[in-house]
Amino acid sequence: MRIFANFILKEIYHITRDWRSLLVLICIPVIQLFLFGYAIRTELNNAEIGIIDRSKDYITQEITNKIISSGYFELSAYIENEKQIEHLFKNGTVKEIIIFEPDFAKKLEKEGKASVMLIADASNPNIATLVTSYTSSIIRTYQLELNMKSIKANTIIIPEVKMLFNPELKSVYMFVPGLIALILMLVSALMTSIAITREKEMGSMEVLLVSPLKPQMIIIGKVVPYVVISFFNSMSVLALSILIFHIPFEGSYILFIFESLLFIITALALGILISTIAKSQLAAMMISLGGLLMPTVLLSGFIYPVENMPLVLQWLSYLIPAKWFLIILKGIMLKGLGIEHLWKETLILTGMAIFYLAVSTRKLKIRLE
Amino acid sequence: MTVVEVRGLTKKYGKKPAISNLSFDVNEGEIFGFIGPDGAGKTTLFRILTTLLLPNEGNAKVLGKDVVKDYKYLRQRLGYMPGRFSLYMDLTVEENLKFFASIFNTTIEENYDLIKDIYSQIEPFRERRAGDLSGGMKQKLALSCALIHKPQLLVLDEPTTGVDAVSRKEFWEMLKRLKEQGITIIVSTPYMDEAILCDRIALIQNGSILKIDTPNGIVSGFRKNLFSIKANNKYDTIKFLESYEFADSVYPFGDSIHYLDIRENLNSNDLLFDLQSKGIADCKVAVIEAGIEDVFMSLMKENRDEQ
Repeated sequence: MRIFANFILKEIYHITRDWRSLLVLICIPVIQLFLFGYAIRTELNNAEIGIIDRSKDYITQEITNKIISSGYFELSAYIENEKQIEHLFKNGTVKEIIIFEPDFAKKLEKEGKASVMLIADASNPNIATLVTSYTSSIIRTYQLELNMKSIKANTIIIPEVKMLFNPELKSVYMFVPGLIALILMLVSALMTSIAITREKEMGSMEVLLVSPLKPQMIIIGKVVPYVVISFFNSMSVLALSILIFHIPFEGSYILFIFESLLFIITALALGILISTIAKSQLAAMMISLGGLLMPTVLLSGFIYPVENMPLVLQWLSYLIPAKWFLIILKGIMLKGLGIEHLWKETLILTGMAIFYLAVSTRKLKIRLE
Repeated sequence: MTVVEVRGLTKKYGKKPAISNLSFDVNEGEIFGFIGPDGAGKTTLFRILTTLLLPNEGNAKVLGKDVVKDYKYLRQRLGYMPGRFSLYMDLTVEENLKFFASIFNTTIEENYDLIKDIYSQIEPFRERRAGDLSGGMKQKLALSCALIHKPQLLVLDEPTTGVDAVSRKEFWEMLKRLKEQGITIIVSTPYMDEAILCDRIALIQNGSILKIDTPNGIVSGFRKNLFSIKANNKYDTIKFLESYEFADSVYPFGDSIHYLDIRENLNSNDLLFDLQSKGIADCKVAVIEAGIEDVFMSLMKENRDEQ
């Protein structure tokens, strides 16, 4: 145990002596968070909209005026024919189409409620949510005014939101779980594979092997400090995104920590596996970047929804640990799901962790060849 | 007692053998040197002896244990210093030493006696990072780290390559003192002048051992006529000697030429006469005692001719 503690101490020296790398390691997640965070929360200015008014009464007219005069929207088309909708979206002429149902004012008077449909082009999910939520809130304000000033109390205008092309809007809050997955992958797999191959490259692995230290001990000793760093990173990203970006966190923190550790173990096993293959730090970096980070970014659903990909890529995505981790994180953070709903994904991730750990320990060499 | 016992050891990388059919013994308490050029197979051999590589054929016993089966036993008891400096550049002198002491489950204090001579020289710099040390000091630190767990056998792979002449001399004095403390040492070097400092040496080339003997034995067993020729026109002289019908071998040696003749009773005047008759007027010829390098050159040539 004392030997092991000394080994870790040595590893900590390595990390802290190279304070520039350490700084990068700790700052990159925060910088990424702010980049992604602010890239998503853009302000809305003069977004083009189309309106289909099947009622053409004074209330729909007032709502239209409110929307257009808000400064956020610009009316680019009054549409008569519904068949035009798809054409307009495909051209990119409009970002949103508002459809008032027939006899809007009449229904509002008689039944106390009327519906308006908001259709948005969700191929850019961020803008789609923005335009629909802005429109909804304008309509809601108008409804409140209506209730205040008139005899028609308790009237309800129901905005029905419909997202085209990406119905569930799968990447709005996605960047935080995705970022956590990316950071854990980056630090755990990339940094450990580099740290281990550095020993090989420097020749010190030779000396370490000709010592009573077991190879597993060498690897675990090198890995432990990076577990701590990546865990710290994921926690700081989570804290910042809740405090600054008000990302909802509905589920259990304990489950979150448990699942994160599971993913860290998977990533570390991958990192160790890479270090057993790669002969130099550069090779380790290339394999990590190309073989781990790219798929994590592209195939996990972090940026591009997996559902929209060709089938082959969808199958490929099942092999990416980050995909399952993302489903779990999303479930915990955004939907507040517990283990009873996430056990399947957890099981898959556990299986992957065990598999990669087994392979990497099997490939671990007690000699130079 | 035999510390190292090697029989028929062969190691191939692909099809090409790095060492082939090596056999030798190393006795307890001796300094055993491997002398040979780069690529002779010294590092491969040392890595097999230190359990880092598996041989393809033959077997090697170190401290009476098999290097393949009993690697765990041996790794507690071997001290190994690889060819390139392989300590941690970003750790200080003291941290390096402490680390290597700790992984062998010992402390600096416990074995301080053993390394005192060496470590005391670099102790003033113990707060300095290993990467900032000079070449000679790096070697001393590496040796201290290899010694800190009191190994029974010390394996040093070209420890003095890239080290200045003064440090090299000091280094060998240290090895002598370690030997006096009963530690067996296997060392490799490309420097012929270090060969005579070993108790026994093995001349190694292309993965084969050409000869094993004491330095004196190697030199005195040399029976050929060796001449040292100093000529103004070195190039022409070498060209002439190479085509000379009685030539065994010719090679430049410092500012002179070493020449081996196949005739048994040739004196320097006869040779001088021959040279002058071929128009190489301005030269001096002397019979000299062979050094280890001469023996080595000659053996290498024979080895090449056989192949």
